[in-house]
Amino acid sequence: MKIIVCAKQVPDTSGKVAVNPNGTLNRASMPTITNPDDMNALEAALRIKEQTDCKVIVVTMGPMSARKMLLELLAMGADEAVLICGGQFGGSDTYATSQIIAAAIRKIGLENEDIILCGRQAIDGDTAQVGPQIAEKLDIPQVTYVAGISVDGRYISCKRMLEDGYMNIQVETPCLLTCIKELNEPRYMTVKGILECDKKPLTIFDYESLKDDPLIEPDTIGLKGSPTNIFKSFTAPQKGTGIMLEGSDREAVEKLFGILAEKHLI
Amino acid sequence: MKGYSSTNIDDFRGVWVFCEQRQGQLSETNFELISEGRKLADELGVELVGLLLGDDIKHRANELGGYGADRVLVCESPMLKEYTTDAYTKVVCDVVKERKPEILLFGATSIGRDLAPRCAARLHTGLTADCTHLDVDVRKYLEYLRKNSTLKVEEESFDMEDRNLKMTRPAFGGHLMATIICPRFRPCMSTVRPGVMKKASYDEEKARSVIVESLTVSLSQDDIRTKVLEVVKETRKMVDLVGSEVIVAVGRGISSDVERGIELAEQLADALGGVIGASRAVVDEGWLPTDHQVGQTGKTVRPKIYIALGISGAIQHQAGMQDAECIIAVNKNEAAPIFETADYGICGDLFSIVPLMIEQAKAQRS
Ligand SMILES: Cc1cc2nc3c(=O)[nH]c(=O)nc-3n(C[C@H](O)[C@H](O)[C@H](O)COP(=O)(O)OP(=O)(O)OC[C@H]3O[C@@H](n4cnc5c(N)ncnc54)[C@H](O)[C@@H]3O)c2cc1C
Ligand SMILES: Nc1ncnc2c1ncn2[C@@H]1O[C@H](COP(=O)(O)O)[C@@H](O)[C@H]1O
Repeated sequence: MKIIVCAKQVPDTSGKVAVNPNGTLNRASMPTITNPDDMNALEAALRIKEQTDCKVIVVTMGPMSARKMLLELLAMGADEAVLICGGQFGGSDTYATSQIIAAAIRKIGLENEDIILCGRQAIDGDTAQVGPQIAEKLDIPQVTYVAGISVDGRYISCKRMLEDGYMNIQVETPCLLTCIKELNEPRYMTVKGILECDKKPLTIFDYESLKDDPLIEPDTIGLKGSPTNIFKSFTAPQKGTGIMLEGSDREAVEKLFGILAEKHLI
Repeated sequence: MKGYSSTNIDDFRGVWVFCEQRQGQLSETNFELISEGRKLADELGVELVGLLLGDDIKHRANELGGYGADRVLVCESPMLKEYTTDAYTKVVCDVVKERKPEILLFGATSIGRDLAPRCAARLHTGLTADCTHLDVDVRKYLEYLRKNSTLKVEEESFDMEDRNLKMTRPAFGGHLMATIICPRFRPCMSTVRPGVMKKASYDEEKARSVIVESLTVSLSQDDIRTKVLEVVKETRKMVDLVGSEVIVAVGRGISSDVERGIELAEQLADALGGVIGASRAVVDEGWLPTDHQVGQTGKTVRPKIYIALGISGAIQHQAGMQDAECIIAVNKNEAAPIFETADYGICGDLFSIVPLMIEQAKAQRS
């Protein structure tokens, strides 16, 4: 049994973000992190490993610099890492991305007892599409929004969150689950892990190594193979700054309610 | 389906909305989407179709007509009673391949965001997630850009005949807006954020005259690879943020006395006839349940009055509340970004200001 964790390196969007005049993101100016939900996915995998002694492989598609993230995930406890990297893959939308990652997973070898874990969504695009699309391309069942996992041989029970409650769902391996932050609290790297991470296998899959998979066609991957295109990107205009109500607390509150009454808002 | 190809664009016609039922009930999101779909169908001059899956659900179809659907396609089976990815994907894709709609919308709910990507991958077409604005007509899109972007629209050239669906959504945590198109494949698919599109008024006449068509469903138990063991509904009453005209939201600013902070917010909300919202910080701390969260990963709200108490106004929070009609912020830090979006700001301690607000609100109401 093994668990394949899909993790993405993303710009840290929690702080200030620089936008180029043409409405694109100035990525170079931003620090990168491992996508938060993917950390929960790896943590879940490591906990199942502790229970079943399975192997954990992390997979990412991204630039060469994503190696650094993979080393961190190895230092957290993953056994092996795969970096899918190549110019042909650049500019992929979620459809193309999922085809490429699905092909990479087939190359790693997906067996009957295996589980694929993704994050629910990546904070750069917030699409939550890549997980289900990988599952479809591999023709395996999926459970999304997973906030609890228990493994019993090939049977996996998942707590799937809904807006107004949750479902308990049972699914058999091989399957793909997308993880949310409620699932667990990701661990930190250990000193031992950091010392050992660069001795663990880190394989690079380029276009050459995946091109024989039927999913990898020039017109189904990369910018050219992506069904969706960006038509425009832009920033919202700054809203005109509102009115600060001055004076003592009481005066300010009275002014506020005066205005609200005048505008018939209350 | 023999000969089906998502690239034969001219074969595809009509705007469809996937209508989601839970326990046989249709949520508000469906009506928002039908209302929005109506506009798109009118711009394209095509039919608006609701696609309704469930068990014994046909009697709900007229309701969709009332909000603007011309036709409702009903797929009924005991195997569609509870949502499962496999069953729903199969039925939706089978119908799409047979009838070929050009646009297919889903609500960006826990069901829509599970189902839509799976369908898009199977149908070999594009999908845009969590859209907040949709246009077909270029003129309308330009109008939208003039109002909502810093782009110099007049300096750019646009193809005025372009009939692609232009799907606009926040990206990079709300720092950027992106308009996405899917020019080479059909249907053009998107999930639409609940609470963003305006619901049309209900038309009894349309509800009566909607065409309801039952389709045969080809589904077997072997198609479904997951087993729903139980569905647990939250017993607590969920807060109706999206449907409320007044929201009093609290942030980490209540941390010095959480109980008192929430109590004050509740009293103010009560006095104004509103409900309690929260920033993610408050939900992460466990001070209020998740259904209260406003923002990018929470709910999008557009109440008449939004009062932010002790909320800094991070971009991810603003993404969910910036379209409120009137935003009021109370924060003790004069430089808090929330004051840049607020219509009215009071700089000070919420623990001393909110009691005065409650007093005023009560006085005005009586
Ligand atoms: C991918 C991602 C998604 C996110 N999604 C969301 C989302 O959906 N919704 C959301 O809200 N956030 C979201 N966030 C988090 C967001 O970035 C902020 O961290 C969060 O909104 C901060 O909450 P806050 O304003 O309550 O807390 P803080 O930023 O800590 O602000 C507290 C404020 O209270 C003020 N204050 C303190 N004491 C008092 C007092 N006594 N009286 C008055 N004012 C006081 C302070 O001056 C400060 O401005 C997301 C972040 C990421 C990275
Ligand atoms: N480039 C990538 N490399 C590896 N995993 C990815 C990549 N893009 C997306 N994923 C996985 O898919 C999930 C959903 O991503 P998204 O659909 O982009 O929101 C992420 O949390 C990851 O687990």
